[in-house]
Amino acid sequence: MNKYMIYLNSKRCIGCHGCEVHCKSVKGLPVGPFLCEIDHKAVPSVKGFPKTEFTFRSCYHCDNPLCVPICPTDAMIKRADGIVYIDQEKCIGCMACATACPWAIPEMNPDTNKAVKCDYCMDRVDAGLKPACVTKCTTHALKFVTMQEV
Amino acid sequence: MTKSVFSMCGMCTVRCPIRVESEDNKVTWIEGNQHLLGGALCAKGSAGPALVADKERPQQPLIRVGDRGAGRWKKVSWDTALDYVTDKLKKIKEEHGPESVVLSSRGGPWQNMYKTFIHAFGSPNYTNHDCTCGRNTHHASLSLNGVGRKGFIYDIKNAKHLILFGRNMFSSLRIAENLQTLDMLDNGGKLTYVDVRQTMTGLKADRFFQVRPGTDYALILAMIHEIIKRDVYDHDFVKQYVSGFEELSTFVEQYTPAWAAKECGIKEKAIHAFIDDIIPVMPKVIFHPGWNLSRYKDSFYASRGLHILNVLMGNIEQKGGLIIPKGPGDCGVKGIRSLDCAKPDIKRADGVGWKYKHFDKGPGLAHLFFEAMEKEEPYPVKAWITMRHDPFSGMPDPQRQKASFDHCDLLVAIDTHYGEFSWYADVILPESTYLERESTICVQKGLKPRLAVRKKAIEAEADTKPAWWIFKEFAKRLGIDEYFPYDTIEELWNWQLEPTGFSIEDFDEKGFISLTDDPIMYDPKNLEGKFATPSGKIEMISKKLTDAGLPSLKEYESPLKPEKGMFRLVYGRSAVHSHGHTTNNPLLNELMPKNSLWINTRVANKLGIANGDLVDVAAEDNSYTGTMNAHVVDYIHPEAVYMVHGFGKHIPLQSRSYHAGVSDQKLMVGKLDDWDQAGGAINLCESFVHVRRSVQNLKRRVEL
Ligand code: SF4
Ligand code: SF4
Ligand code: SF4
Repeated sequence: MNKYMIYLNSKRCIGCHGCEVHCKSVKGLPVGPFLCEIDHKAVPSVKGFPKTEFTFRSCYHCDNPLCVPICPTDAMIKRADGIVYIDQEKCIGCMACATACPWAIPEMNPDTNKAVKCDYCMDRVDAGLKPACVTKCTTHALKFVTMQEV
Repeated sequence: MTKSVFSMCGMCTVRCPIRVESEDNKVTWIEGNQHLLGGALCAKGSAGPALVADKERPQQPLIRVGDRGAGRWKKVSWDTALDYVTDKLKKIKEEHGPESVVLSSRGGPWQNMYKTFIHAFGSPNYTNHDCTCGRNTHHASLSLNGVGRKGFIYDIKNAKHLILFGRNMFSSLRIAENLQTLDMLDNGGKLTYVDVRQTMTGLKADRFFQVRPGTDYALILAMIHEIIKRDVYDHDFVKQYVSGFEELSTFVEQYTPAWAAKECGIKEKAIHAFIDDIIPVMPKVIFHPGWNLSRYKDSFYASRGLHILNVLMGNIEQKGGLIIPKGPGDCGVKGIRSLDCAKPDIKRADGVGWKYKHFDKGPGLAHLFFEAMEKEEPYPVKAWITMRHDPFSGMPDPQRQKASFDHCDLLVAIDTHYGEFSWYADVILPESTYLERESTICVQKGLKPRLAVRKKAIEAEADTKPAWWIFKEFAKRLGIDEYFPYDTIEELWNWQLEPTGFSIEDFDEKGFISLTDDPIMYDPKNLEGKFATPSGKIEMISKKLTDAGLPSLKEYESPLKPEKGMFRLVYGRSAVHSHGHTTNNPLLNELMPKNSLWINTRVANKLGIANGDLVDVAAEDNSYTGTMNAHVVDYIHPEAVYMVHGFGKHIPLQSRSYHAGVSDQKLMVGKLDDWDQAGGAINLCESFVHVRRSVQNLKRRVEL
């Protein structure tokens, strides 16, 4: 069972794309890869005017991640708390993980030629902090949820 | 080792409070101040380190060697650049008098430093960017309430209904205000939004009026009409504080909701339903009087109307209404010292104060200097210094501006990045980025006033300098340095803080100094003396306007309809850019590399324009054309086309934004003189453009 998830309160989100830049900035990513994405789709109009539903997508940190077994160097690792991350030392940039992932989540970092993806900001989480995208969300629309152990 | 400092963001001019961490002089983390914003920051805020790292900003002082605008520069030392500028200034002063030098800045809490400099030099000609921003709103408030635009803050969090006319707050982003608005909505408050197009703010609204461009004033008049007619306005408030209410009542009799509905192209029923909604929640109803209302020919009167609506709500100094900001005095604390030098007793070149007596003399009006430059009336203008202000990006018709600026012997640009004006200037003095510089301490008035300061997070990477140093060096060379009583920023801070008893270390705990624990409110039944009009009342009829031959209650005039094939050009902001400041920032450019032209689906179909097609957008006289992608949408009024402001820059050293998108300013040919005689601001939404599908859409058939 995953211990964590990120939840978006669509009522508060204003589609400002702040979270995407908060993420790129904390991960030191160059132009190119995005580890999270905000999307807004028009929903059937309300009283004749469009309304919008916002969605936030990072990595799903799957229960049975297909990206993990396919990695030839065991660089893709699932932690006991559910976080799936890439050991940058071991990654050789073959991008097999991106092919295996149903949503092609892992992306190439053109600066390092290695795969990158969302790791729920595990360094911050391990230090008792929240992920960058959540901490700095412009409107406090993103929440980092820790599942209750049953 | 990780270093952590509280500071102020500088990616846009909202200046959100931030906390910055760095290691080995590299910024590793920026967040919104936890004490004030709970960490929240926007995309621009997080893109700050990308600005520091960007080598496409000036790295040292530059002196022009080719023709103006040719882009040939000599890299020089600070000493050489400062000597060059001050030697020229001395010569100009000798030949033409000190008043022939103008200094324009962006404005903001640090403008007294620039003002002090130009006044001490001997010129009254300080100005700022506000004629393309809040001047109409400012003068509207002054004429009615006797206090300017900043004379009220809006207690949105506690309001029950917020009404925004074209104020697209979820794209222009003031985080604290955005949080308040979303909290209000979470608590069951309502939002009414009026605009010519649907925006992110409109998407959050409970009611959206899509009006014909330029008809805001009609809807406002009808709202006033209906509130008076239904007799639901705050009688006690009006009786106690308002003069000229009878004239107002008579004036608005003709402006019925039925009339406005027709004029604006909305439903009469919806106006009535809106009034029904606000009556039970008065006075917790805020009509936002606008911010950047330098738009239509009657925006000044529209803003007055919005202020009048607030008065009718009786919401002044009420929870959930308009609050008078409190300062150090209200907290029993002495204020800080600020740099200051009295304005020389010389007529301003822009005519403000003598030719135009109804305008605030403070920053005057930047656009009125052009005529002075061209005609040398009342005297020649020979030098212009811009301090973080880009006239070519901000004001219409840069071609015309260039011709005027050619009357000057010296053009100096001080800024962190290249601007369209700096590219044309004679000298570029690069300021350090906001993460690499300190600023003077400022007072932030409010319900809970506080002192704030910007501290540097890291040492400057390039050979750039903070403004406090640049002006001190100017002053030393010009023999006016007694007005700048410091050598280091610490000395300046200490001098500022001395009367208050606080020390600079007091900022360390939270990043600001709170002057009170509890919010301070005045007694709403006892606001006498708070309205600094001639009569002390909120005046529906302003003597200043009457004396200037202008009406206080202006008859409505229907806006022009565009000719066939033409559209009214409206502009706005996006959440990921601060106008032209950030279009070349790598991380923000990645999100929005260029602007597009919003156009109504129905009219686009008629013109054969599909979503994403390239369209040519041409100025009214066809003297300037830009090509951009069309963004075809249902929810923009068919008379209008819209673009995000700040694009279409032609600065070769900015490789990402070079020729990306189209500049609205360049399309406003001949519009520098189209300004509001009553409000002072430029009418930036009174331009019409031609739109056609571009021939560049053709697929190429031959490749050699
Ligand atoms: S930062 Fe927050 S408000 Fe902005 S897009 Fe991301 S989730 Fe939405
Ligand atoms: S990268 Fe794809 S497969 Fe791997 S955990 Fe994330 S969503 Fe699942
Ligand atoms: S949790 Fe961290 S890595 Fe994942 S999307 Fe948010 S900021 Fe990026």
